[in-house]
Amino acid sequence: MDCRKIMLPSIIIYGLINSVILALIAMGFSLTFGISGVANFAYGGFYLFSGFLVWMLLNYLKFPLILAIMVTIGVTGLLGFVTYWVILLRVRGIALSEVIATFALGVGILELFRWMGFVTYEFTLPYLKKGMILIAGVPVDYQRLFIIGIGLGLVLFLYFFTHYTRIGLSFRGIAQNERTAISLGIKSDRTAALSLAFGSAMAAVAAIVILPLGIISINTGYEVLLIAVAVGIVGGLESVPGILVASLILGYAQVITGTYFKPEWMMVVYLAAIVLVLGIRPSGLFGKFKELEERV
Amino acid sequence: MKYRKERLDRGIKARCEDIFALSSYREILYLAFPRVLPVAVLLILPLLKDVVGLYWEKVLMISCIIALLALSWDLMASVGLISLGQALFFGAGAYITGFLNHAFKLPPILTIPLGTLAGALFCTLLLSPVLRLRGVYFAIVTLTLPLLLARFIETTKILGGTEGMSGLSPLPDIWIEMYVPVLALLLCLFGFRRLINEDYGLVLQGIRDNDRAVMSGAINIYWFKAQAVFLAGLAGSFAGAFMTHYNQVVGMAAFAMDYSILPLTAAVLGGVGSFAGPTIGAFILVPLSEMLRAVGTLRVVFYSAILIICVVGLPEGVFHYIRRKYHQFERMVEVG
Amino acid sequence: MDKTILAAENLCKNFGGVTAIVEVSFELKEGELLGVIGPNGSGKTTLVNLLTGFVKPDLGRVIYRGSEITGKAPYRIAELGIVRTFQMVKPFYQLPAFKNLVIPLYSPRVKKLRGGGYGDRDDVAIDLLEDVGFERDSFVPYKIASSLPHGYLKRLELARCLALRPDLLILDELFSGMSMSEVASTLPIIERLNSEGLSIIMVEHRLKELFRIANRVMVLNFGAKIADGSPRDVMENDAVKAAYLGSEEEEDA
Ligand SMILES: Nc1ncnc2c1ncn2[C@@H]1O[C@H](COP(=O)(O)OP(=O)(O)O)[C@@H](O)[C@H]1O
Ligand SMILES: [Mg+2]
Repeated sequence: MDCRKIMLPSIIIYGLINSVILALIAMGFSLTFGISGVANFAYGGFYLFSGFLVWMLLNYLKFPLILAIMVTIGVTGLLGFVTYWVILLRVRGIALSEVIATFALGVGILELFRWMGFVTYEFTLPYLKKGMILIAGVPVDYQRLFIIGIGLGLVLFLYFFTHYTRIGLSFRGIAQNERTAISLGIKSDRTAALSLAFGSAMAAVAAIVILPLGIISINTGYEVLLIAVAVGIVGGLESVPGILVASLILGYAQVITGTYFKPEWMMVVYLAAIVLVLGIRPSGLFGKFKELEERV
Repeated sequence: MKYRKERLDRGIKARCEDIFALSSYREILYLAFPRVLPVAVLLILPLLKDVVGLYWEKVLMISCIIALLALSWDLMASVGLISLGQALFFGAGAYITGFLNHAFKLPPILTIPLGTLAGALFCTLLLSPVLRLRGVYFAIVTLTLPLLLARFIETTKILGGTEGMSGLSPLPDIWIEMYVPVLALLLCLFGFRRLINEDYGLVLQGIRDNDRAVMSGAINIYWFKAQAVFLAGLAGSFAGAFMTHYNQVVGMAAFAMDYSILPLTAAVLGGVGSFAGPTIGAFILVPLSEMLRAVGTLRVVFYSAILIICVVGLPEGVFHYIRRKYHQFERMVEVG
Repeated sequence: MDKTILAAENLCKNFGGVTAIVEVSFELKEGELLGVIGPNGSGKTTLVNLLTGFVKPDLGRVIYRGSEITGKAPYRIAELGIVRTFQMVKPFYQLPAFKNLVIPLYSPRVKKLRGGGYGDRDDVAIDLLEDVGFERDSFVPYKIASSLPHGYLKRLELARCLALRPDLLILDELFSGMSMSEVASTLPIIERLNSEGLSIIMVEHRLKELFRIANRVMVLNFGAKIADGSPRDVMENDAVKAAYLGSEEEEDA
C-alpha cells in the first residue's frame, strides 16, 4: 500500500521525463521530414557525432562546457546543411537513392567511431548541473529537469519560429505546397538544406542534454534512429502534435512496463505499438499521409 | 569545334535481335557467352575445392547467400518497395528453421523447406499492413522490424533468448553444403528474371511506376505487392534457413544489420532492377570484405562509402556498365 | 430500358478549407450519355474521383446497380465495370504503347469476361489500339509511350479503359489536348460505344461536341450542381449562362 503511494508520483514524473526524451529525439527527424520530405536516416549518426564532438572538445581541447555545446550545435547543423548540398541535392526526388544515401551516411559515421575506438566506458558527458531535488517525495536530478525544460522550450521555440519568422514561414510554405511556395519565391533547395540543418542541430541539442544520463555508446546511435522512427510511425511522421502525443503514449507505456514488469520489456513496447498502429492506421495516429488523395 | 560522345549498338547486337541470330555460331556464342560463363563458373568452382581451398569455398557460399538476399531486395524494389531490412527475411527463415530442428528434431531436409515457406509467409503477414505505404514510409518500417524483433527475442527470452539455439543438426555432407546455395541462387536469378519479363512482371513494374493507373485497371495492387514480398521472402528466408544448419546454431545475429546492409550495397553496386546486377554486386563485395577482414569494423564504413558513391555518382551500377560495353561502342562525333 | 445504373446521393467533399463538392446527387440511366460541364476548379475531377473510389466522400453515397460502392477501393470499383480516364494522362511511360494495355488485360475482370483462351494479350492490345485510331501497320503502337504525342496518350487512356470492357465509362476531359482532327476521329468512337449500349459520363470542356452527342448535361459550379437536363435546356438556363457560358463564349469565338 505504502509502496504504491510512492510509485504513482514516480511513474507520473519519470513517465513525463521519458516522454520528453522521446519527443526530443524524434523532433529533429520529423521536422526535416515534414518540411523537405527527406527521411534523414543519418539522424542517429548525427546524434552520436555531436555527443562525441562535445566530448572531444571538452577533453582534448579543454573547451568550457558552454562553448563546447555551442560549437557542437553549430557544427552538427552545418553537417546537415553540407549533407544536403553535397549528397542529397544530386539524388533529390528519387526516394530509393535518398533513403540509401542518408542511411549509408549514418551507418558510416557510427561505424567509423566504433573503429576509432569510441567503445569504452570513459565516454560520458558531464551534467549541466549536479544535484537533485525532491518532487512529491520523488528524487529527480537537475539534469532531468533540464531535459523537461529544454524539451518544452524547444516546442515553444519551434512554434514561434515557424509562425513568426521568415525562414520558419518558408518552412511551412514548402511543407504545405512545394510548388506554390516556389512560385512565391521561396527557394526550395535552400529551405530543404536549412531543414536538414535544423533537424541535425536538434539532434545535437537532444544528444547534449540526454547523453549525460548514461555513457555514449555506438549502439545508442542505432537506438536513437529507431526511437525517432518508432515515435514517428506511431504519431505520424510529419505531424508535431502527433510526435508529442506518441511520445507521451510510448513514454508512459515504457515506464509503466518498466515498473510493473521488468525494465528489459521497455523496448518491446515499441514493437507492440508499431505493430498495433500499423495494423489500424498505417499513416500513424496523426499522419497526413493519404495514399490516394493527391491531385488526379 | 566541339565533340560529343555517341553510343552505337554493335552490329552483332543488332543482328542478334532477330531470328537469324541462331544461324551462325558466332552469334549464338555472342548471346550465350555472358549467360553461360557465370553459370559454368558457379557450377565448376565447388568441384575444385582442393584447388581453391575450403576457405574460399566458404566465401563462395556466403556470396551466394548474400546474392540471394540481394535478389530478394531487387524483386521488392521492382514493385517499388524499398527495403532496409532484408535481415527480417533472413532472421525469420533462420529462426523458424532452427526452432523446427531444435524443438521437433526434424532433419534439415524438412526444416529448410518448411523454414523457407513459413519465414516468407510470416514476413508477408507482418508486412501486409504496410504494403499500402510507399517509398520512405515502407523503408522506415522495414528498417525497424528486424532490430525490434531481435530485441523482442532478447527480452522475452523465447527461442533461446540472447544465447540462441545451438547444437542443431549439421548438413548431411559437404557437396550439399556447396551446391545447394549455388543451385538456389541460379534458380532465383533466372526465375526472377523470367518472371519480371512476363506479363506478370509488367504488372509489378507498373505498380512501381504508376500505381494508380494499375489500380484503375482493376488490379488489386496490394495483392500483387504481397505476392512479390512472398517471393522475395522465399529467397531471403531460404538464405537464413540454410545458414542455420550450416552454422548449426541460430542466434540474434540472424537479425543483424549486416544482412540488411550487405545485400543493399550489393544491389546498388551491381545495378538495381536487373537481378544480374545484385548478384554481381554480391560476388564483388563478399570476397572483398573477406580480404578486408583485417580492418575490422572499418569494413562497414567502407560499405557505406561504396553505397554513397554508387548512389550519387554511379547510379547505373556495374552490371549496366558492363552490358553497355558489351553491346555498344562509343565514338566521338563533331557537333556544331 | 430505363434502369438506373449509377446513382449518387448527396455527395460532399472538402479538402481542408476548400469545398470541392457540395451535396451533389444525380442518376444515370443504363445506356445514357451524361455530360458534365463546369468552369475550371468547379469540382468535376473530384466528382469523378468520388465515383471511382480514388477519393472518399465526407458524406453521401454512390450506388451502382442497386448496391452501395461508396468508399470501396478503386480497383474493386474498376472490377465492377466502372472505368475512368485520367485528366492528367497516366500511361506507363517506359513501356511501348501496346504493353500499356497488357496490364489491365491481366486483371481478373478481363479473365472472367473474355474466358481463358482469348489469345495473346499483345494481339488483343494491338486490336484495342487500332479501335482508338492507332495505325495498326505503322510503328505507333510499338513506340515507347513517353515518345508519343499528347493526343495519342489521351487515346491510349481510352484504350486502357476499353481493355476492361467497361459497363460504365467515365471520361475526364478526354478531348482537352487533342487536335481538331483527333477530336473528330475520336468522337465517332464514343458515339458508337454509346449506341452499343455503354453508359458514359463525359466531363468535357469542348461544349460543341459534347452537346451534340450527350443525352443529358449536368452543370457544376463551385462544387454544387446548378443545372441538369437536356442539352437544349441547359444551354438556355440563366444560372448556367451566368456561371459558365458567359465567360466561355469569348474563348470559343
Ligand atoms: N487533392 C486535393 N487536395 C486539395 N484540394 C483539391 C484536391 N483536389 C481538388 N482540389 C480542389 O478542389 C477544387 C475542385 O477541383 P477539381 O475537381 O480538379 O476541378 P475541375 O476538375 O472541375 O477543374 C479545386 O479548388 C481544387 O483546388
Ligand atoms: Mg478537372
